[in-house]
Amino acid sequence: MDKKNSSMGRNNILKKVLFYCGNFIIGIIFVSPLLWMVCASLKPEAEIFANMNSIRTFIPTHASLNNYIEVFTRLNILNVLKNTFLYIALILIGDLFLNSLCGYALAKFDFKGKGLVLNLVIALMVLPMEAIMLPLYIEMSQLNWVNTLQALVIPFIPKCFSIYMFRQFFSDVPDELLEAASIDGSGRIRTFFSIVMPISKTVYATVFILDFVAHWNDFMWPFLVMTGEGKRTIQLAVQVFFGTQPVHYSAIMAALVISAIPMILMFIFMQKYYVEGIASSGIKG
Amino acid sequence: MVKSKAIKKQSESVAAAAFVGPAFVLLIAFLLVPMIYTVYFSVFRYQIMRPNDITFINIENYVKLFKDPDFWHAFRNTLYFTIVVVPVQSALALALALLVASKTRGVAFFRTMYFAPQLTSMVVISILWTILYNSNPSTGLINSLLTSLGMESINFLSNPRTAMNSIIFMSAWQGAGYQMMIFIAGLQAIPSSHYEAASVDGANSFQKLIYITLPGLKSTIKYVIMITMIQAMKLFTQPYVMTKGGPQNATKTLVYYIYTEGFQEGNFGYACSAAAVFFVIVVTMSLVMKRLTTTKE
Repeated sequence: MDKKNSSMGRNNILKKVLFYCGNFIIGIIFVSPLLWMVCASLKPEAEIFANMNSIRTFIPTHASLNNYIEVFTRLNILNVLKNTFLYIALILIGDLFLNSLCGYALAKFDFKGKGLVLNLVIALMVLPMEAIMLPLYIEMSQLNWVNTLQALVIPFIPKCFSIYMFRQFFSDVPDELLEAASIDGSGRIRTFFSIVMPISKTVYATVFILDFVAHWNDFMWPFLVMTGEGKRTIQLAVQVFFGTQPVHYSAIMAALVISAIPMILMFIFMQKYYVEGIASSGIKG
Repeated sequence: MVKSKAIKKQSESVAAAAFVGPAFVLLIAFLLVPMIYTVYFSVFRYQIMRPNDITFINIENYVKLFKDPDFWHAFRNTLYFTIVVVPVQSALALALALLVASKTRGVAFFRTMYFAPQLTSMVVISILWTILYNSNPSTGLINSLLTSLGMESINFLSNPRTAMNSIIFMSAWQGAGYQMMIFIAGLQAIPSSHYEAASVDGANSFQKLIYITLPGLKSTIKYVIMITMIQAMKLFTQPYVMTKGGPQNATKTLVYYIYTEGFQEGNFGYACSAAAVFFVIVVTMSLVMKRLTTTKE
């Protein structure tokens, strides 16, 4: 018995060592492009390409924040970040508010045309933005919204996927709870805001993080409708900076790192909901 | 009683209108109407420079589209990208998921490592890899590695034969972390009793993978393939940032084609016909995949 235990123990230790070492090596190779990006962003321009064939390319020996300062002076990054956060915040407010109301009604109310609305939501879920971008652009220009915040925000408030997620979640809210509230004299709107919303933080958090990520990565649509220089969003600004003279790779790397920071922060604080959101879409899908 | 029920029903309809209305109106205005207009404009000659000269030309745009070698080129490129990136990226994601599916201490750290490329946007990754792929070994990290290993340097992005593959490699690396998370959830849903029973029967790790893990992941694999495929069909950002569709149109995709025809050339009606074809392809693909994923369970 003792003997068996110790041999099993040795086996387990070997397994653990393999697990940690293997994952560490593979993981380092996997993230090495990102490590190189961060290192290069801390190096003087001349040093980035100085030791390409040695491990020193991953070590910033003369680390400084000069490249970051260059980005701040040349790119007006604060304005870019402000533009980006503003438009994403507006989309998210509209998205969480209107789509959750819609999802709630589809889950809990009985009304004429419910099936039609639900089918439309499911059908439009597969509609790729790229297939409608031309007429959508014409719509924007007819509304005189090109180069305004409206063009970035309003078309992206209605989201079939959000409506669907909310509907799925609200379907599981027990009817008894809602009936009890209505017996207590609470109207439908009040029931929704004071009873349903507070117990549904998970679904709000999930939709929030999934949509934040999606819009933080937005490139094509802002690229089409936000051509004014002072109105650029983060991805656009970074892309333009990549082609702007003088091309300093060190500064470009710093800009790339800056543009990733909000996502990293979001991941740290909302990891649980983000990962669950990704995973649950897979199980239910 | 009957009366109060009728009143209740009526008030429910009013509430429903208030709840559904705003989202529904926006949905119609900014999704359904543009969709209809894509199809509508596709049978018109409509150039952005001449907005007062819009003429009905029946299926002429489609005839021209199907005769345009550039369109077929873009179609082939998109299909090639999709057919290669989907299995590569899904297999990579599955392999990573198997590495970090266990509930060992510290596993979250490794998961985060493999997920890290997802935390940077496609634009950022495309810029970074344009520099990494640089054909000069003294400025391109990958070529410097290749030459120090005694290999020839490769013109990754400037050779039409390697450009698309380079984009595929990078895209699979960037995207795998996302699918990995889905696979991890799928792996955790497989009951551990299955593995224990197999151990009792003397199955080794490889046999467990083939006979328990893969069958248990069947629906997850199908789902991952479906979402990766639809995403792959929309390829635009990487070629736009890295190669501008070149060299020699080797990385020009369908969405890129729609963009160039519509927004650069101003052939709006014509671009709409390409967009409509693109839409039909994507919807057909997702319907076929949906059929495959639901009937076999």
